[in-house]
Amino acid sequence: MSTTRKIAGAALAAALGVTTLSACGGGDAKDKVAGTSDAPKSKTVTLVSHDSFNVTESVLKEFEQQSGYTVKVLKSGDAGAALNQEILTKGSPRGDVFFGVDNTLLSRALDNGIFTPYEAKGLADVKPEYVLDSEHRVTPVDTGDICVNYDKAYFADKKIAPPQTLDDLTKPEYKNLLVVENAATSSPGLGFMLASVGKYGEEGWQDYWSKLKANGVEVVDGWEQAYNERFSGSAGGKKAKGDRPLVVSYASSPPVEVLYGEPQPAEAPTGVATGTCFRQTEFAGLLKGAKNEEGGKALVDFLISKKFQEDMPLQMFVNPVTKDAALPELFTKHGVVVDKPENVAPETIAKNREQWVKAWTALVVK
Amino acid sequence: MAAPLAFFGLFFAYPVAAIVGRGLKTDTGWQFGRIGEVLSRPDIAGVLWFTTWQAFASTALTLLIALPGAYAFARLEFPGKQLLRAVVTVPFVLPTVVVGTAFLALLGRGGMLEELAGVRLDTTVWAILLAHVFFNYAVVVRTVGGLWAQLDPRQEEAARVLGAGRFAAWRRVTLPALAPAVAAASLMVFLFTFSSFGVVLILGGPAYSTLEVEVYRQTAQLLDLPTAAVLTMVQFAAIGAILALHAWTVRRRETALRLVDPGRTAHRPHGGAQHTLLGGVLLTIGLLIVAPLAVLVERSFDTPGGYGLGFYRALQDAGAGGGTFLVPPLEAIWNSLQYALAATAVALVVGGLAAAALTRRGGRFVRGFDAMLMLPLGVSAVTVGFGFLITLDEPPLDLRTSWILVPLAQALVGVPFVVRTMLPVLRAVDGRLREAAAVLGASPLRAWREVDLPLVRRALLIAAGFAFAVSLGEFGATVFIARPDRPTLPVAVARLLGRAGELNYGQAMALSTILMLVCAVSLLALERLRPDKTSGEF
Repeated sequence: MSTTRKIAGAALAAALGVTTLSACGGGDAKDKVAGTSDAPKSKTVTLVSHDSFNVTESVLKEFEQQSGYTVKVLKSGDAGAALNQEILTKGSPRGDVFFGVDNTLLSRALDNGIFTPYEAKGLADVKPEYVLDSEHRVTPVDTGDICVNYDKAYFADKKIAPPQTLDDLTKPEYKNLLVVENAATSSPGLGFMLASVGKYGEEGWQDYWSKLKANGVEVVDGWEQAYNERFSGSAGGKKAKGDRPLVVSYASSPPVEVLYGEPQPAEAPTGVATGTCFRQTEFAGLLKGAKNEEGGKALVDFLISKKFQEDMPLQMFVNPVTKDAALPELFTKHGVVVDKPENVAPETIAKNREQWVKAWTALVVK
Repeated sequence: MAAPLAFFGLFFAYPVAAIVGRGLKTDTGWQFGRIGEVLSRPDIAGVLWFTTWQAFASTALTLLIALPGAYAFARLEFPGKQLLRAVVTVPFVLPTVVVGTAFLALLGRGGMLEELAGVRLDTTVWAILLAHVFFNYAVVVRTVGGLWAQLDPRQEEAARVLGAGRFAAWRRVTLPALAPAVAAASLMVFLFTFSSFGVVLILGGPAYSTLEVEVYRQTAQLLDLPTAAVLTMVQFAAIGAILALHAWTVRRRETALRLVDPGRTAHRPHGGAQHTLLGGVLLTIGLLIVAPLAVLVERSFDTPGGYGLGFYRALQDAGAGGGTFLVPPLEAIWNSLQYALAATAVALVVGGLAAAALTRRGGRFVRGFDAMLMLPLGVSAVTVGFGFLITLDEPPLDLRTSWILVPLAQALVGVPFVVRTMLPVLRAVDGRLREAAAVLGASPLRAWREVDLPLVRRALLIAAGFAFAVSLGEFGATVFIARPDRPTLPVAVARLLGRAGELNYGQAMALSTILMLVCAVSLLALERLRPDKTSGEF
């Protein structure tokens, strides 16, 4: 017994060593002190987001210098998981602003009341079709389209025209060519399912998927596998001998292929079927119970400022929502304009989402 | 014993209980009706059935394939042994999405297997089982091999001198001595495969689902906490049953064994049987572990302009792009190492104390504690992560945005390894040695230092290696815990894979290769810390 106590002593010493180590682990210890003390005006403002959030460092620095706030970014998981964490911590949030709730999840966020209404400065510049909440609990920040992408080389070799619409995908010439993501676990997968709901309605979308299934659609779990392994048009897919020339991805994927080509190609190797798209809009909101409400408001203003809006396309590969933000050349040259994306109202999605996903799983996967 | 109890209470039992409670309790009271409701769903029953049988099959297959390996690493001396021991542990640190890619390249369409034998295994259950062997090979080699190397071969030799045949001697002498380590390894492999997440998702396709996948979907995607709570309880019950079964089968006390310095038990292979065995083991490792890893390394050099260092150079420039998306690789390595070191320290302290307490005491309570320490291996990372969020939210324990939460969560998975690796060795220490030391006037601390430590040190290092590898590659908990923007290597790989573009894909492969190297080098360094040849003498 006494031996155990001796070990405990040694262990305690080791544990203290760990604590000391953690004290050296960077500026976090300092932040914690700042967070717990009830200073009237905190100098740190915290943005909670999903893993895809990204901003050019110099742009962020500029905001910090102008506003006097230090921005701390917490990224936690994919968009769904990140939002659910905010709902769970409602009233005692980890940060001041949450960015990354999209129209497929918007109703869940609003119904749970995690945001404080705030009409951002510069909201007048935002295109009105994206302002979905009249109470301004959330502010639109970016928009993007989930679309079927095609491997240009494949269709050129076979001398067939690539598909353009959802209807095309059920035609015999495109049999066994499409790979999609699981709508139950993947956000582009869900988006593509919703595109079919938008196009064929709550009555007809299942019928469409029966036809897709008969036409040999393949389902994999996530975007990474679909795009990097199964799709013949991507770099990873080529190495992995992917044999599906059609994949559900984003309208911005072709410009990304150009930007990260090695060396950069003159033309994107992939194209977008513009009649297959579902439009996603992402919102930010001031969190209820934010420790630094003033800083949070400044941060929301910053997210729709021209500087941030113009930085976004090449950092997160989405489109700006403000009227005057210019698109980078990469987007205007290699991107596409989706004129008539499919859409479904957030409330309808919230009401039916689970049931639709279940029906989809039973129909397509099982 | 108080310290590990407090650690588990605070960082495991409390958060998990809170999130389960949140799911089952509403304003109108407890909703126990939900339990029956969820359990009577046929799809849930199907998921439970698949989860269980694939875990049994994976465990059996892993034991079958890895036990000869454990013997070879313990008893045979061959060139490159240390390096190979580090290599077989590398799978532990690799993100499953990366491993999935490698496996598909070998087993999938147009893969090596199809070219050689015309067989495709992707989206079959065989791909899942083989990937589980790939991941868990090291568990058996390290846990069983660690003890095997310290068993005195002279006992088996004595039995043979007394007339027992080779197999009879092994079965009557060595096998009983190894039983606790084999049981421990099986249990860990079972718990890992029972709660398998990424492997099933990627290699099984969407048609296969485990309980863990369902818990993740219900919690992280649908926020259906009641269903998630019921599923978590089902998972608890299943694991509880397995742990009880385990306790029942190894109820007989581990006897004190004659442990010797591992350096003296290993010898060069002699005779046809041993050469064949070693050859078989090396071939298995080559095909099952080295080949998939080699595919990743190959892809990291396979630039459009021919083989070269292009993707590695691009990583170097990553910081210059000016975004917050990527970190320079050196920074990610440093982040990973810091987290892993802290997690290993916590796991060693907590696990070491727990193992010491378990050796000294008996009784029902202690056995229950023993079982509790294993639970984190079978509980979903998303459950623990979300539990942290709703429990550790008040000062002085508002740790939700603190970086320390990451190593704490990682240590939860490391502790079972430490306990399971050390327990057989600690229990095998002959108490009479300690008494003899005491009689000769040694203080308890001195007795511990002179008697236990030399024998335990090896197990401690093996355990540290595990805990380190587990934390280095840990992804699930790290993702669910908000953290300052300090991505680890696996997180950085996942981010790169989440983007289109040749350069992103190539950099992900290059970074995965770096992750492998960091793991292998760290483990080799640990192996070097092995007690020297003389320290086994007493």
